[in-house]
Amino acid sequence: MPSSVDEVDRIPLSARPEWSDVRPVPQDDGPNPVAPIAYRDDFRETMDYFRAVYLADERSRRAVDLTTEAIGMNPGNYTVWHFRRVVLESLNADLHEERDFLDRMTMRNAKNYQIWHHRRWLAEKLGPEVANKELEFTKSILDLDAKNYHAWSHRQWVLQSLGGWENELDYCCMLLEDDIFNNSAWNQRYFVITRSPLLGGLQAMRDSEVGYTTEAILANPPNESPWRYLRGLYKGNASQLISDNRVSELCLKVLKTSNSCRFALGLLLDLLCYGFQPSEELRAVVEALRNSEQDTVSSNLAATVCLILEITDPMRSNYWAWRRNNLPSQVR
Amino acid sequence: MRNDKNGGYGGGPGQMPHLATTYAAVNTLITLGSEMSLSSIHRENMLKFLLQMKDSSGAFRMHNGGEIDVRACYTAISVASILNVLDDELVTDLGNYILSCQTYEGGIAGEPGSEAHGGYTFCGLATMILINEVDKLDLPSLVDWVASRQGVECGFQGRVNKLVDGCYSFWQGGVLALAQRLLPIVHKQLESSFISGVQASAECKKSCNFTAGETGQDENLCRAGTSHPDNEGEKLSDFGFSSIGRQTECGPLFHSIALQQYILLCSQVLEGGFRDKPGKQRDFYHSCYCLSGLSVSQYSWSKDDGEPPLTSAVLGPYTNLLEPVHPLYNVVLHKYYKSHEFFSTL
Repeated sequence: MPSSVDEVDRIPLSARPEWSDVRPVPQDDGPNPVAPIAYRDDFRETMDYFRAVYLADERSRRAVDLTTEAIGMNPGNYTVWHFRRVVLESLNADLHEERDFLDRMTMRNAKNYQIWHHRRWLAEKLGPEVANKELEFTKSILDLDAKNYHAWSHRQWVLQSLGGWENELDYCCMLLEDDIFNNSAWNQRYFVITRSPLLGGLQAMRDSEVGYTTEAILANPPNESPWRYLRGLYKGNASQLISDNRVSELCLKVLKTSNSCRFALGLLLDLLCYGFQPSEELRAVVEALRNSEQDTVSSNLAATVCLILEITDPMRSNYWAWRRNNLPSQVR
Repeated sequence: MRNDKNGGYGGGPGQMPHLATTYAAVNTLITLGSEMSLSSIHRENMLKFLLQMKDSSGAFRMHNGGEIDVRACYTAISVASILNVLDDELVTDLGNYILSCQTYEGGIAGEPGSEAHGGYTFCGLATMILINEVDKLDLPSLVDWVASRQGVECGFQGRVNKLVDGCYSFWQGGVLALAQRLLPIVHKQLESSFISGVQASAECKKSCNFTAGETGQDENLCRAGTSHPDNEGEKLSDFGFSSIGRQTECGPLFHSIALQQYILLCSQVLEGGFRDKPGKQRDFYHSCYCLSGLSVSQYSWSKDDGEPPLTSAVLGPYTNLLEPVHPLYNVVLHKYYKSHEFFSTL
């Protein structure tokens, strides 16, 4: 694990004149430690000195530098990060320098909660002037891992707290062009269309989004992301979901061309459970998918859909069976 | 013995208290289960610490000045509940925060707006059950999302279009185990979401009463804020105990044998321990959650808590059978019962 100072070149703190006044504080493991950790010498020493400044609440430049070393050895030490924030605030330190340090730390530890939280604290202090830089930075992390959960959360926080919405929908489009299966990008898209102050909100965006999503589904029916996104466009509005022809038309189209696509059938099932009245054509297409060897016949289309899914999506056969046994009474 | 001068436990001596380590410490002490370990917990200080972690949004911070998310909510409430110090102040606005974390996909995110994720979905659902506000969630869509997370590899994935990982055996499998005990409520929500008398129309662009709120509960679903009427007058903490209840007549909502196959054949390391997937290193986190997921799976056909399963429910020799775990807290069930008895008189 890389540390901030090369192990061989590191001068022990006990040999550094600027630390000669400090008595290091060993970790108090108690009288009979059951499984004491075998710390490396340099780690132990760094933490012994950290404990000294922490207990003395020394808010100095050298304390900050010491936290840099401690963090380098264990970036997950939340107590050290917290103390670093306390000292930086007391010293009224230059936070732009802090940001440069943090950029380097984050690149090496992109999935660390403490680092991203520190970043949020920092960005909040620096304010809207860093909005674009923060968006650029998260983009650089997402370039390496397009689904990094922390990066996405941070990006959303930046947009909501500091702004920068102008290019976000385009950014989503770009990511989806790269990888139409990127569910994080679909989630971000939803975030943008529902919350961007520059767009009209879900109602206003729904039409164009239905078009975009339909295209994505038809290009790749086994891709779960756009199916869930499509449902999401009608969240809180099931009546519109079942009355918008485009949705049922889509199910029909997909069922005619692919082999019992589980997402098309699942969506159709949900439509029926909300009260959708299927066309004869849709009924016929579904009937054709039924395994003719099954002797369970049902005039109830929803039950038929469940039966098909129980066979064609065996991983979820118990789930589909439960759905079949729990159809709303008006659907049975 | 770990550090709890301030209430709460840190990662080690001299560290600030943190909710993740507090959760782990309390569950460990309960698992040890002796008079000494249970009585070593200073409950009043613990409650003080938890209240200090409470945020005005209704959620909790992981530590002083730390991050706020659904994990913090779960760890705080799990500890409060199991130690019998769950109080009204801890619960204020919490249900609404978690509800705001349920996404359009059906699963729950770490923070409002983020992506639906298995770990946070477990945390969110378990918390809502513990505080008796589970019917605020859109349970049918939550169950549908989680059931869809079992992949062709037989294990569970954490998010749509991502790889499976052994630890989700518990996070996602556990959600379905909890859901199995809530099926009457899920059914009720499904029933009431049926809309009668709507005609399909090519020109129908005008919506009915669309609510622009983030929670977006359909007008026909259970009203947000209704608490489960049967539990009026019961002490808040008791809900965790009573809710484990009986599973309904139907079996698991996931493929139990397939999950066990993934855990035993892909996650298991023959030298001992469990891992994310072949090619990854074993670690204690994966060992814990693969085992808990395996237990949940083995008991997923049992009608009563901890009831020994039929041999057909257990993959491999019957000696593979593990102890049952409490699906809300993830501690071994008989250890939970012992600690419940101990703390309920305090």
